[in-house]
Amino acid sequence: MGASQTRSDHEHQHLTDKTGFSLEQIKNLHKRFQQLSGNEETISKEDLDRIPALANNPIKKQIIGAFFDKRNQHQDEVGSCDEIGFEQFLMVMSHFRPPTLKTTDEEKEAMRKEKLRFLFNMHDTDNDGTITLEEYRKVVEELLSKSGAIGQEAAKAIADAAMLEVASTNVPHMAPDDFYEGITFEHFEQILKGLEMESRMHIRFLDVDTTTMRCGKSTS
Amino acid sequence: MTSRRGSHSPAGFGKSLPERGLLLLVLLVLLEGSVLPLGAAGSPDTSHHTKAGNSAGNGTGNVTHKKAFPVLSLDYHHIQTPFEISLWVLLASLMKLGFHLIPRLSGIVPESCLLIVVGLMVGGLIKLAGEEVPPVLDSQFFFLCLLPPIILDAGYFLPIRPFMENLGTILIFAVIGTLWNAFFIGGLLYAVCQIQPANPSNLHQLELLPCLLFGSIVSAVDPVAVLAVFEEIHINELLHILVFGESLLNDAVTVVLYHLFEEFSEVGTVTVLDCVLGIISFLVVACGGVLVGAIYGILAAFTSRFTSHTRVIEPLFVFVYSYMAYLSAEMFHLSGIMALIACGAVMRPYVEANISHKSHTTIKYFLKMWSSVSETLIFIFLGVATVDGKHDWNWTFVTVTVILCLVARVIGVVGLTYMINKFRIVKLTTKDQFIIAYGGLRGAIAFSLGFLLKKELFPLREMFLTAIITVIFFTVFVQGMTIKPLVELLAVKKKQEAKRSINEEIHTQFLDHLLTGIEDICGHYGHHHWKDKLNRFNKKYVKKCLIAGERSKEPQLIAFYHKLEMKQAIELVESGGGVKMPSAMPSTVSMQNIQPKKPPLAKPVERALPQLPKGREEEIRKILRSNLQRTRQRLRSYNRHTLVADPYEDGLGDLLIKKQKMIELEKKIKDMNNYLTVPAAPPDSPTMCRARLASDPQAYHTKSVSDSVPAIQVDLASPQSPDSVNMMDEFRRAGQQQQQQEDQGLTMRPPSRPGEAGGARDPQKLTRCLSDPGPSADEEEDEPFLCWFLSRPKQR
Repeated sequence: MGASQTRSDHEHQHLTDKTGFSLEQIKNLHKRFQQLSGNEETISKEDLDRIPALANNPIKKQIIGAFFDKRNQHQDEVGSCDEIGFEQFLMVMSHFRPPTLKTTDEEKEAMRKEKLRFLFNMHDTDNDGTITLEEYRKVVEELLSKSGAIGQEAAKAIADAAMLEVASTNVPHMAPDDFYEGITFEHFEQILKGLEMESRMHIRFLDVDTTTMRCGKSTS
Repeated sequence: MTSRRGSHSPAGFGKSLPERGLLLLVLLVLLEGSVLPLGAAGSPDTSHHTKAGNSAGNGTGNVTHKKAFPVLSLDYHHIQTPFEISLWVLLASLMKLGFHLIPRLSGIVPESCLLIVVGLMVGGLIKLAGEEVPPVLDSQFFFLCLLPPIILDAGYFLPIRPFMENLGTILIFAVIGTLWNAFFIGGLLYAVCQIQPANPSNLHQLELLPCLLFGSIVSAVDPVAVLAVFEEIHINELLHILVFGESLLNDAVTVVLYHLFEEFSEVGTVTVLDCVLGIISFLVVACGGVLVGAIYGILAAFTSRFTSHTRVIEPLFVFVYSYMAYLSAEMFHLSGIMALIACGAVMRPYVEANISHKSHTTIKYFLKMWSSVSETLIFIFLGVATVDGKHDWNWTFVTVTVILCLVARVIGVVGLTYMINKFRIVKLTTKDQFIIAYGGLRGAIAFSLGFLLKKELFPLREMFLTAIITVIFFTVFVQGMTIKPLVELLAVKKKQEAKRSINEEIHTQFLDHLLTGIEDICGHYGHHHWKDKLNRFNKKYVKKCLIAGERSKEPQLIAFYHKLEMKQAIELVESGGGVKMPSAMPSTVSMQNIQPKKPPLAKPVERALPQLPKGREEEIRKILRSNLQRTRQRLRSYNRHTLVADPYEDGLGDLLIKKQKMIELEKKIKDMNNYLTVPAAPPDSPTMCRARLASDPQAYHTKSVSDSVPAIQVDLASPQSPDSVNMMDEFRRAGQQQQQQEDQGLTMRPPSRPGEAGGARDPQKLTRCLSDPGPSADEEEDEPFLCWFLSRPKQR
């Protein structure tokens, strides 16, 4: 017991440096990971699919997909895995850390880029570096999917208008023959500049352990 | 807030309608004071005389008291009350107008200061004229008539999202901050007053409780003043909502404290039970106010569901329900301000989905108008009331009060921020704290509350009032005037002027769902989770009840998109059909640029040009006229003769001239048949350019078709590029046939000097097109764009 504890502590320590979470947060997330995976080493898509609260989420597939997307592991790999381990789980979660008072402006900038990159990867499903009109349409359709039978037309119109906006903002003077291939990452950054991603895209990671209340047993 | 029934109100107030009450009150006040002698002082006597004379005459039979029938008589008394009210309102509005006509003044001095100065002057004038100054800032009038419009305006247009996100912070500042301020100021003031035992002054008779009461009156940040000043400095949304939200929510605290201390002052002692009751009272006041407001809000939303046949009175429901919410809350001594805010915020999303666009505009403008007038009146009256009134200036008291207010505010903000930052994600920096502290302005609410104090219980009432007025003046003048340069100096983040784009909206929603999903995966119920639950509940049950018809099912994204479209359409119409630039940045991107390229199918046969009926031609002309701007831009970069296209439009004034030319040209369209022009190659693809030049020289000179063009779609949705190649082939053929009939004006030609007549240019043009790019950059775009336009739709 003691040996495994120190070993997992050691691993967790290594992870704090890599992902920026604190030790308590990693421990909590690890517990959650165990819960989701049924105490296995890895989780698969079905494990995440089983979470009941996610059922109402219109973009459930994309969210789950993001966990298995190798691009989010920051290791310059592409493609997707079938199963991920705790470290990969944490890496994906680390995209949602908030900035602290000590975060400098450059760090904030880097954080923002990272978060935007995460979003971009979620939209750019074929990994060609641009979000094409089809992909964007799909995004809007998914967003509207749980909202009832408004239909494809509205989604199409909205996606088209949005794409037009991106094109107008970034490449204002295109000849009629030009074709705007898709939203590149720079354009994506540009249009979402106003949203201040580093402050908005975060969740509160708990330092206090609440998952044990559900687990029913306290491990360390 | 506390009972606004001060010692000045007539009895049985609660029974009559507010309007009647107001008139009665004002009449009473005016009769007491015998106000502004506008119009002849003698006229009441004359009219009375006449009446008395007549009645006497009738009564006694034939006593000949016959006066000549008054053709023109003056009866001021008859209309005195409404006349004076209108006069005040007019004066206030003229002042407001005047300030903005003076160019530099409104930039330096905030409006509130100017208005107070005007009030001082008016008050001074009245006093000089020997008349008694009317007690214009009577608490009744203030709390029942002047304050509600401002608060309703604030509540109805409250940005819900940032408010809710920062609700914890706002509440802490409002509740704990105000409590801290009140006790700190009150306590230290009492301590200060007790020193100097050797020199007994009337300060020594000041008890602790009155001091605390005074502290509670003077410690509350005032929404009117904050609004007035912050509106002009355009600070970023977070700070704005923090200070403003605090000023709104501290009303509940002020109500309870004021009431509490007033009661205790009568009793004289405070027990622990009283304190506990006080806390309970606070909860009741705050939550009760919100509840009352929410109930009325839901009623209003429900009512608006059925107004589709009586659109005209829709705004009335919004106003009346809100006002009733305020009055109902006041009736129970709950927080009327919180009721108003809750009512406005609750009803807004549903009402807006139900009412017509015109009603929406009406509500917006009426609210803005009333709140503006109210605010102006409040500040003027503040000035007037300062002039009047017995002041008891006590150097020690006043200066200590002012200093303590500042110190308490600073300490409070710093201390609370330290605590709050532990729980906030987006921390408040020192700059933010400074602005929050500096933005804690006091205003007319404090004055009115002080005015309500009863003289018997508070012998030092005048001293209090003087001190309150000094604090108000200090904060409004000194802090109000300097906050703008300080904001500039400290480089505080300003409000982003950018309009909300559809991309941002999509991603905001996307983020919401994403973060909810991540929270669910993490396993804890953070506030995204609860927000999501609330939204779903709202969508499933509430919207169905409160929104009429199909719109209850409309998702937010689509509603936003429709609103955006509507706004753009209205802008287009309002701008007179395209003379003004569209609100977005000028851009030549159109739908075709983003539509995926269709493989160029060869369907030349279909390209035969059918005949267009005359009516269609008219339509075309109209469409052309209304889309002058857009195509103009498109062509600017599009003209192959300006290889280095200067994309930026300068001089919209030119547009008007060019519009003239365009109209001329349209006349020319009539003369032409079967002219179609071909868009030139884009300037930035030189290879293509050269290729086309080589192959289709005459293609650039085919004429425009006026009546043989099929459907012209001038909006953005016509994909063009894939087929342009084909068109050129066809037109080459057509153009060759018609080359000799080349006319001016509608051909694709190089930029020509403005004002030149059409014809002579053509031969030159031909050669130029073939050989070298034309030189000038500022071209006549009308003609080319017309052709361009006429040619575009072909590809559909």
